[in-house]
Amino acid sequence: MRQYSRTPFRIGIGLLILAGVSLATIRHLELGVPWWPGEQRPVWRVEARVDFQASGEPVSVRLNIPDQPPGFRILTEQATSPGYGFTLQEQQGERFAQWDIRQAEGPQTLFFKTRLLPEPQAAQDRESELPTASQVFLEEPSATAARALLTQAQAQSSGPASLARALIRQLTRATPDQNAQLLLDHAALAETLAQLLNHAGIPARLVDGLVLEDARRQQRLLPWLQIHDGNHWITFNPRTGEQGVPEQVLLWRQARGPVLEVVGGQDSQVRFSMLRQTLPATQVGQATATGSVMTALSLYQLPVEQQGMFRLLLLMPFGALVVCVLRILIGIRTAGTFMPVLIAVAFVQTSLLPGLAAFLSLITLGLLLRGYLSSLNLLLVSRISAMIVLVLFLTAALSLIGYHMGFSTGMTLTFFPMVILAWTIERMSILWDEEGPHEVFIQGGGSLLVAILAYLIMSAPLAEHLSFNFPELHLVVLGLILLLGQYTGYKLTELRRFAPMRRYST
Amino acid sequence: MMRWIRPRALQQQGMLSMNQRNIDYIGRYNDRRAYPLVDNKLKTKTLADTWDVPSPALLQVVKAQHEIHQFLDYVAALDGFAIKPAKGSGGKGILVIAGREGNDFIKPSGSRVSLIDIERHLSNILAGLYSLGGSPDVAIIEALVRADPLLSRYSHQGVPDIRVLVFKGYPVMAMLRLATAASDGKANLHQGAVGVGLNLANGHALNAVQFDQPIEQHPDTGLPLKDIHITQWAYLLTMASRCYEATGLGYMGVDLVVDAFQGPLLLELNARPGLAIQIANGEGLLPRLNAVEALPRPHLTPEARVAWAREQAAPSASGVLCSRPSTRRDGVPA
Ligand SMILES: Nc1ncnc2c1ncn2[C@@H]1O[C@H](COP(=O)(O)OP(=O)(O)O)[C@@H](O)[C@H]1O
Ligand SMILES: [Mg+2]
Repeated sequence: MRQYSRTPFRIGIGLLILAGVSLATIRHLELGVPWWPGEQRPVWRVEARVDFQASGEPVSVRLNIPDQPPGFRILTEQATSPGYGFTLQEQQGERFAQWDIRQAEGPQTLFFKTRLLPEPQAAQDRESELPTASQVFLEEPSATAARALLTQAQAQSSGPASLARALIRQLTRATPDQNAQLLLDHAALAETLAQLLNHAGIPARLVDGLVLEDARRQQRLLPWLQIHDGNHWITFNPRTGEQGVPEQVLLWRQARGPVLEVVGGQDSQVRFSMLRQTLPATQVGQATATGSVMTALSLYQLPVEQQGMFRLLLLMPFGALVVCVLRILIGIRTAGTFMPVLIAVAFVQTSLLPGLAAFLSLITLGLLLRGYLSSLNLLLVSRISAMIVLVLFLTAALSLIGYHMGFSTGMTLTFFPMVILAWTIERMSILWDEEGPHEVFIQGGGSLLVAILAYLIMSAPLAEHLSFNFPELHLVVLGLILLLGQYTGYKLTELRRFAPMRRYST
Repeated sequence: MMRWIRPRALQQQGMLSMNQRNIDYIGRYNDRRAYPLVDNKLKTKTLADTWDVPSPALLQVVKAQHEIHQFLDYVAALDGFAIKPAKGSGGKGILVIAGREGNDFIKPSGSRVSLIDIERHLSNILAGLYSLGGSPDVAIIEALVRADPLLSRYSHQGVPDIRVLVFKGYPVMAMLRLATAASDGKANLHQGAVGVGLNLANGHALNAVQFDQPIEQHPDTGLPLKDIHITQWAYLLTMASRCYEATGLGYMGVDLVVDAFQGPLLLELNARPGLAIQIANGEGLLPRLNAVEALPRPHLTPEARVAWAREQAAPSASGVLCSRPSTRRDGVPA
């Protein structure tokens, strides 16, 4: 029979663990990546992606980029653009990323990446000359409507800022009056506001802001309104009237002119993705990438979109380790070996209690529906397929209910793996029929317990910090998993199960 | 109270743990390629025929959805049969029909099953509901086994089966499994069947457990379990031992039934036999497994192996062959 010595295996595992630990130590020493997540500063990594169709002629692309955005400090800027010549330009206080190429055809994609450090009051207005209100020509009947609106608003206000607020109030009412409606029919809200204010002799302009939310993709810029009160530019959210730049908003463009200009191409658009990273305080200081091997191995090198995904994937080994420990050392029974890990990943995104509530209600409702399905005498494949569709409906319904009750968890419910849920429900209901509710509670409870434990570990800041900043530590996890695979001792539950043997012991 | 036991004590009694079973026995002695032979009851049956190991007659195989209706016509003429998923395990998906009443079929428990129920059950089996990993399956229909009256007295509404643990061809431990009301006419321990440890030397009962807890009497029939003894013991063990040659599996559980008319029959083979047999016997497996591994020269025929195993167990039901499990075994090339 196959019989092999375990020594080489053990040495291998030792080497694996040693490699993981020493690589991590090198990274720690060389790059100053700290062991603990505490010493970190959040850094936003924002990626602008420009897409267009080149028409076979010389192409020139110009993207307006942030210039001293209030509340942020720019750490690094970087462009990727195969074959294009790239320059950063500054003109009349505006900054551009400019790409040029002699000839291009077909779909083109260009990236501009920047890393920003949130800094309260980092940037102050720098105004060389006082701006003046621009001329606005309005045709009738818009002009009359504008005048009427302005008179109304001026009656309620005492200065430029309060005038702006009054106007925003008037235009954002649930049912705007006739004058407001007339103007809004001709131009968008933010634009109308700027026009009205300029009309009233107050310098006003539109700027483009980006709402920063972790791991978002395909985001667009939203217009913000700025007026000059003689000293500073004051920013308003034209949709709510809120004054000032919110912490999570990056003003991407604060100058006149379009965000994106493409010569020699069509259908151009720019989209943004963003990621909240934590960087060690020391690294923020250096800010720029050194040429070290360790930096090249850092996951921060990946495009933002992929980083978000990786961050989650890198937590999976911890989940797997938890499953190994609980099954091999403790002996907990679960429904499906790694189903708990997937549930735990979903919990990471929904957070525990809402996730747990949603999961339990999904399973319960699913079991009820499945009871009905089984009376229909369907084939298994179509029964499970039907179950998947029903689970989808249930998720949608729960999301809606949650949304109307004011929970935002509804959004993240979609992270529950539908197919897994459908199978879980099917298995549970069979288990119920065949072995009774007892076994359902044992296995279901076991799965939930494992999922919760896995969640607790995966959601610990330390786990996320270590797994993303020191990916080589997964070698250690791998080593531990392999070691566990060799454990031949008793499980904790067996000490209980075999307890009747006490009466036979001599 | 008897709630926990120290690992020390378990080690002294030579109890085999789940992890060790998986790594040191199943992983080492069971060739993966042989698994389909035992995981598929249809293949097991053909194999058993080849090696002259009798098993319940195969009445029919339902392989596809459209064959179900044909089967329903055919089955109308039968009054006792068992439907099994070929790739099922642990008693899942087994439907035993012991008789008829009008249009309905009667389970050993007395509850009724309609033709529609049977149809649905068959289609579930075909879709793979009971098979490992949900892969498509076939349903096999076997002749009903009618338990030997000597034994069936002890078993509630179901055929008792005898599990023999065969290690490298040597029977090392055996137990009788009695169906109970809880186990719905099936003799699967985790479903609530009673396990009765059997003395390997003579087939006499040792101890009994249900749900891993020691008991004295059958929970439904109330009969004392100590009195049980199995006839044709040597023949039974030889049959089990012969399955080693048939499959080549070094560590397996052989499930036998004793039919009232045909005598001992092979019900199924199991490549991952459970550990409860140790509790039923009140003894750990490791000393016996070690004794087999330590044999300088294996016996060549099933008869010789059975004789050796019975001899080992003969002096008393337990204890004597326990050369207490030494620390770790060194690798013994087989
Ligand atoms: N032909 C049969 N006649 C009567 N009872 C049967 C028959 N086949 C199986 N059974 C009952 O069902 C139980 C489980 O059957 P088995 O073939 O061992 O399948 P499994 O792999 O699911 O354990 C047996 O212990 C026995 O009690
Ligand atoms: Mg069985």
